[in-house]
Amino acid sequence: MELAEQLLSGSRRALARGITLVETGGPQARELLRAVYPHTGRAHIVGITGAPGVGKSTLVSALAGEWRRRGRSVGVVAVDPSSPFTGGAILGDRIRMQAQSGDAGVFIRSMANRGRLGGIARATGDAVALLDAAGFELVLVETVGAGQGEVEIAGAAHTTVVIDVPGMGDDVQAIKAGLLEIADLYVVNKADRDGVDATVKQLRAMLHMGQRSRDGWQPPVLTAVAMSGEGVAAVADAVEQHLAHLRAHGRLEERLRARAAYELKQAIEETALMSVRARVGAQEWEELVAQVAARTADPYTLAASLLGSERQPR
Amino acid sequence: MERPIRVLVAKPGLDGHDRGAKVIARALRDAGMEVIYTGIQQTPEMIVEAALQEDVDVVGLSILSGAHMTLLPRVTALLREQGMEDVLVIAGGIISDDDARELRERHGIAAVYGPGTSTQEIVRFIREHVAQKA
Repeated sequence: MELAEQLLSGSRRALARGITLVETGGPQARELLRAVYPHTGRAHIVGITGAPGVGKSTLVSALAGEWRRRGRSVGVVAVDPSSPFTGGAILGDRIRMQAQSGDAGVFIRSMANRGRLGGIARATGDAVALLDAAGFELVLVETVGAGQGEVEIAGAAHTTVVIDVPGMGDDVQAIKAGLLEIADLYVVNKADRDGVDATVKQLRAMLHMGQRSRDGWQPPVLTAVAMSGEGVAAVADAVEQHLAHLRAHGRLEERLRARAAYELKQAIEETALMSVRARVGAQEWEELVAQVAARTADPYTLAASLLGSERQPR
Repeated sequence: MERPIRVLVAKPGLDGHDRGAKVIARALRDAGMEVIYTGIQQTPEMIVEAALQEDVDVVGLSILSGAHMTLLPRVTALLREQGMEDVLVIAGGIISDDDARELRERHGIAAVYGPGTSTQEIVRFIREHVAQKA
């Protein structure tokens, strides 16, 4: 496949087009992924998540700059929400990533979640695979502003960074309950503000409170001011240490297995839905939807009959 | 397969007045498009690099500084260098009729919009011209 060859030989245009293709899905996208898949598995995939406004884009930009200074190439996938009503989206993460503009060692792609819940888009993992195949050594995935349920990133990344900020008061408890378990490291950003010590103390207390550390790794709580770059090198160090820890303790394989299971499950869901939509005409689809809406059929029975090897006569 | 139209909205040059650009970005979003908003003070090089990475169908440039006859042709020239002449480029701002004609006829700017243009007109233009391309 020509696009795959161009992508593998370093064409940024081919990479950009490839990402559009996997976002759209379909047979060509599958062909592209099949061609590049043997070239993936080299990048360190780092998820960056946290509530809206905590500084995800700014930290991603600062981390990208830090790793560039260390001589490493960085791909970024920044996910923002689509409007549930129009399907449109404003993707504004690049505004805070201007410092990396014009650096051939950085590739930034904005992605709308296109209605997908969970904090990332359906095609985020595929876009990461393309950046990985194109040779980017680190791939940073910035999730949509996360609340409690946007934890899918943990299945897609090797290392997950959860960002918090001081002064969110009791509200922060809710966020912690959702995101605490998936954090491999915590960053308290905007640490030049009041209340940083209290936030750090709260997080450490939460972490020590009966939670068994995953993979024998105690998630560190770091402070940073992403805007000025303060503390960013230490965050980059901790991210690298986490991967080294996983490797040294034989845990990386487990993570990779979990990631593979996630990818496979997602591919099955997507393939199943696409094959149903290919077989069922638009009109029949509307009728099925109407049956569920009218409560004359339940969605599980219809799904089972649509996915059965033999379609039930209706 | 159906996919949303992707548009880069950028402000080349040094003026910091981005209200118009934001109104357009919002209108395009409401029309179901995915709008990559890069903000103010973009060089033509930054704009074209972002357009390439984001694989957009359309680049919308908002400029009020008066430097449009320098900056806008530079954007379309750089797009051509990258083999991206199929990207639709439109511009909005305070641009005289003579300049607008020259930008359209000689520099590959598909449309130039002045103050008071309805956002629906811009949405319609983009839909027609991107559809034609595909």
